[in-house]
Amino acid sequence: MVHIVVCIKQVPESRDVEMDPVTGSLLREGAASVMNPFDLYGLEAAIALKEHHGGTVTVITMGPPQAEDVIREAYMMGADRGIMLSDREFAGADTLATSYTLSQGIRRLGDVDLIICGLQTTDGDTAQVGPGIAELLGLPHEAAVQTVHKVDEAGLWVQRDMGDMVMELSLKLPCLITVTRQVNQPRLLSFRRKMATKDWPVEVWNRADISADGPDYFGLDGSPTQVERMFPPEPHDQHERWEGTSRDLSERLQKWLLDEKFVEQGAAPWKSES
Amino acid sequence: MEIRVLKDRCTGCGLCLTVCPFAAMELSNGSIEINEACRLCRLCLPACPEDALYFAGAEQGQWNREAFQGVMVVGEMLQGALHPVTLELMGKGRELADQLGQELHVVLVGCNSGQYGQHVLQFGADAVWIADAPELEYFRVEPYANAVEYAVNKVQPNILLLAATNTGRSLGPRLAVRFRTGLTADCTYLHVKANGDLVQIRPAFGGNVMAQIITPRHRPQMATVRYKMMEPAAAQRRPGARIERIPLADAQLRSGITVHSVKTRQQQPSISEAEVVVAVGRGLKAQKDMQLAYDLAELLNGQVGVTRPLVEMGWADHTQQIGLSGRSIRPKLLICFGISGAVQFNAGAASSGWIVAINEDPEAAVFQMAHYGLVGDLYEIVPDVIQGLRERRAQHAVF
Ligand SMILES: Cc1cc2nc3c(=O)[nH]c(=O)nc-3n(C[C@H](O)[C@H](O)[C@H](O)COP(=O)(O)OP(=O)(O)OC[C@H]3O[C@@H](n4cnc5c(N)ncnc54)[C@H](O)[C@@H]3O)c2cc1C
Ligand SMILES: Nc1ncnc2c1ncn2[C@@H]1O[C@H](COP(=O)(O)O)[C@@H](O)[C@H]1O
Repeated sequence: MVHIVVCIKQVPESRDVEMDPVTGSLLREGAASVMNPFDLYGLEAAIALKEHHGGTVTVITMGPPQAEDVIREAYMMGADRGIMLSDREFAGADTLATSYTLSQGIRRLGDVDLIICGLQTTDGDTAQVGPGIAELLGLPHEAAVQTVHKVDEAGLWVQRDMGDMVMELSLKLPCLITVTRQVNQPRLLSFRRKMATKDWPVEVWNRADISADGPDYFGLDGSPTQVERMFPPEPHDQHERWEGTSRDLSERLQKWLLDEKFVEQGAAPWKSES
Repeated sequence: MEIRVLKDRCTGCGLCLTVCPFAAMELSNGSIEINEACRLCRLCLPACPEDALYFAGAEQGQWNREAFQGVMVVGEMLQGALHPVTLELMGKGRELADQLGQELHVVLVGCNSGQYGQHVLQFGADAVWIADAPELEYFRVEPYANAVEYAVNKVQPNILLLAATNTGRSLGPRLAVRFRTGLTADCTYLHVKANGDLVQIRPAFGGNVMAQIITPRHRPQMATVRYKMMEPAAAQRRPGARIERIPLADAQLRSGITVHSVKTRQQQPSISEAEVVVAVGRGLKAQKDMQLAYDLAELLNGQVGVTRPLVEMGWADHTQQIGLSGRSIRPKLLICFGISGAVQFNAGAASSGWIVAINEDPEAAVFQMAHYGLVGDLYEIVPDVIQGLRERRAQHAVF
């Protein structure tokens, strides 16, 4: 029997954001939101462990009221309980304040064996929130897990890809992992579960529910980083256009590659002049 | 600066009272209060079983910028050797330290990391902090974080940089929480303002926008930097350059993580290390045409990289993907053909030394990044280049 908490976040469906170079404002097309794709893998990993070992899966999200949608989606996949941390004071949180808020929510849940986060979000894109929560809760963590094997007396067994090495590890429970897209194939939403869970409640906790420490740990006030400005990426100016027949272009490129010593210089003189 | 009590955590157990040499801690209403007798010695911090005490080094208003001096970078080991990203961090670190007129410190954590102390000092570090123990052979986050924390507490640096590698991305956020400071991920550009604030620029929203971020009221200012984004440090020996040891007690070396087995993978030649990269995109009509890229790469002693759609189609491995969701590369020469030059691709490619692009569309965005833009059909140009270079090589072999 394990109690697993999965951190899920609602993100904009498309990252195709452009910036108006004159006004500096963001041009976001549409406002459709989805569950952060990496979190689907985290949720699938949690449900698969529950199916093997028994137990419960709780999902938790910090976000505005409409983030309830991702909790409903998690119910359809197989989560048992959903918590939404929602409060005006949480707005504008950077990764430190987000980690803090989520860790306080998880503390309030009480006995938790395992926390799973996605590797990163598609909007924040930092991969920092998971390790931050682990530190705040004083737990060991492993980031970028690509295989979850099992839970036994030794703890949670996982495989981690470090690029040049593949490591088999176990972590003592309780612990936290973040997962990559390699970890599994998330199940499709079931219509039957959609019907069965449509009246399930979503618990909403505000700042006072999770903290006695006052607002300066949360949202903008609790965020050490400040965004000073946003600007479009600058194209650099140094460039030369080569035009002509394919033959000419090929000759010119070969000569340049030889001049710059990217290929071994032959003994014979270069032919193109003749 | 002050010691703070997190009321959410404090259970009023009173263990901190017993270690405080200044009687600065009082129990009131079941939780701890800290009075004016506090000398900030921080002995109470490790005594708290709930981690309810922390050192607020740099909170609003009441802190002194001058107390935080120097730039510290966290180096990395890779299978017992120094990871090349270490020199890149040092290159950037030295530049920032020079702008500030302050010292550059390097932290090296690992098993047998000690043997690299002198080596690091040849590349412009004022001090190298070494944690060397058998327990540190493989990256396990708790002891590694303890080692870096020790050095940070000793130096109180203004800036702390880590690599945006698997290791740095695990370690950075934990340290940022310990110091209650900001951490900006994947910075592509860093410089300091006259007042010592670090300007951190990173791509946001999938690279369509750049965000400029500062950490005005907290120290150290922390950032991770992608591998192959910064210029490596040049050789120079600083006067008074020194080696410092990081002592770690058994408790600090302990981890909840056990490594059961490690398989080293055959080090595949990687596009991140290559001096020449030939990159191809959806301009290729069929998978077999990948051979054009491999043939040209072979002649130039380089590696083949691709755009994301080619990985998605299964034409190439994900380790070959260049770009925001792939790898950043910094070869001396990048030749791109059949690539449109989407911002997400350019984000990982634009730091290359020379960029040559071949595209039949004169409006392709890749030409904004390329030093030499060849407007034409890759199926005519590239085979001709390959044939020409092969002939040169054959002639060369005769002599
Ligand atoms: C969040 C996010 C992250 C992303 N991350 C990455 C990433 O890391 N890396 C990445 O590559 N992409 C990434 N992408 C995808 C990216 O936006 C582009 O879709 C992709 O880079 C386009 O690949 P391409 O240039 O191969 O294809 P296309 O855009 O289709 O370009 C093909 C080009 O080939 C040219 N061409 C065709 N035939 C010929 C010929 N015979 N001779 C010469 N030229 C020819 C065409 O003119 C065209 O310019 C990401 C997208 C998103 C939204
Ligand atoms: N607001 C949030 N609510 C719940 N989980 C979050 C939130 N932000 C981040 N996470 C979790 O942390 C992971 C990494 O996010 P990030 O650091 O933003 O890249 C995500 O995949 C989620 O599991």
